[in-house]
Amino acid sequence: MSDAAAKVREIIANELGVEIEKVTDAASFVEDLGADSLDTVELVMAFEEEFSVEIPDEDAEKMQTVGDAIRYLAEHQD
Amino acid sequence: MTELDGQVAIVSGASRGIGEAIARSLSEAGCSVACVARDAARAAAVADTLESEGRGYACDVSDPAACADLVAAVDGELGPVDILVNNAGITRDNVLVRLKDEDWQTVMDTNLRGAFNTTRAVARGMMKRRAGRIINIASVVGLTGNRGQANYAASKAGLVGFSKSVALELASRGVLVNVVAPGFIETDMTSDLPEEARVALFERIPLGRLGRPEDVAGVVRFLAGPAAAYMTGQVLVVDGGMVMNG
Repeated sequence: MSDAAAKVREIIANELGVEIEKVTDAASFVEDLGADSLDTVELVMAFEEEFSVEIPDEDAEKMQTVGDAIRYLAEHQD
Repeated sequence: MTELDGQVAIVSGASRGIGEAIARSLSEAGCSVACVARDAARAAAVADTLESEGRGYACDVSDPAACADLVAAVDGELGPVDILVNNAGITRDNVLVRLKDEDWQTVMDTNLRGAFNTTRAVARGMMKRRAGRIINIASVVGLTGNRGQANYAASKAGLVGFSKSVALELASRGVLVNVVAPGFIETDMTSDLPEEARVALFERIPLGRLGRPEDVAGVVRFLAGPAAAYMTGQVLVVDGGMVMNG
């Protein structure tokens, strides 16, 4: 696992208050990790801060799982 | 040491009337206040005469981009926004059948859309900090209706539904949203009312006088402070008892 992917998992575990073992690629923020709609907004805010990227709302809405987030951030990092 | 020492507040429509009184009251409570008005010079005139630090900002709240820029500018110059008071409001009174499309739209754009624009612009920061107070200035007219004010009353009733919805959304993040609904307050806006309407309203005020802008500002200061920490989604009517009389 890359450092960036590990960082993404750590952010998700912290923001959603779940154990890191549950933060698998296939895990859905809402279905599996118990996020509500505001949690997902805050998660995106945390990604933006940590990775110094701007994530437009239309991209944020497509980010449903841990794997989606890892892929997106890998593609959009400077 | 006062109850809002070191906090940052944005007050829209701060160049006169109720907004000016709110800016002064929050300033006395220790806030740095961003006084917002469409006219930069008038906003600055109030900001420069406040008790604590103040700064004037020109912004038309009906413009979403301008509101985002405003919040970013205040954040940079005064600090992160702790308190937002949506007070900017206009009237374009007429009976329904004579109400023009633009009379409807311009009132909605400033009174209702303006509150949406500024609230959305501060919400992320407040969510992240797990604290914030948003106080929207509605009107008793939004609760009771008033002849000749279908547009204004609709915008103010809309503010109540908006505020309660946002209060529900942001409660878990420590952001409290409340409404103050003034009755008949002596300002430039109410001096525009026809004499007939003034007299009719005056007779219905149990406290026997018109309200002063400071009467409203005191309640806003309360809602912004620690004494109101367990209140959200509420509408406080400040009308000398007028609405009680139906």
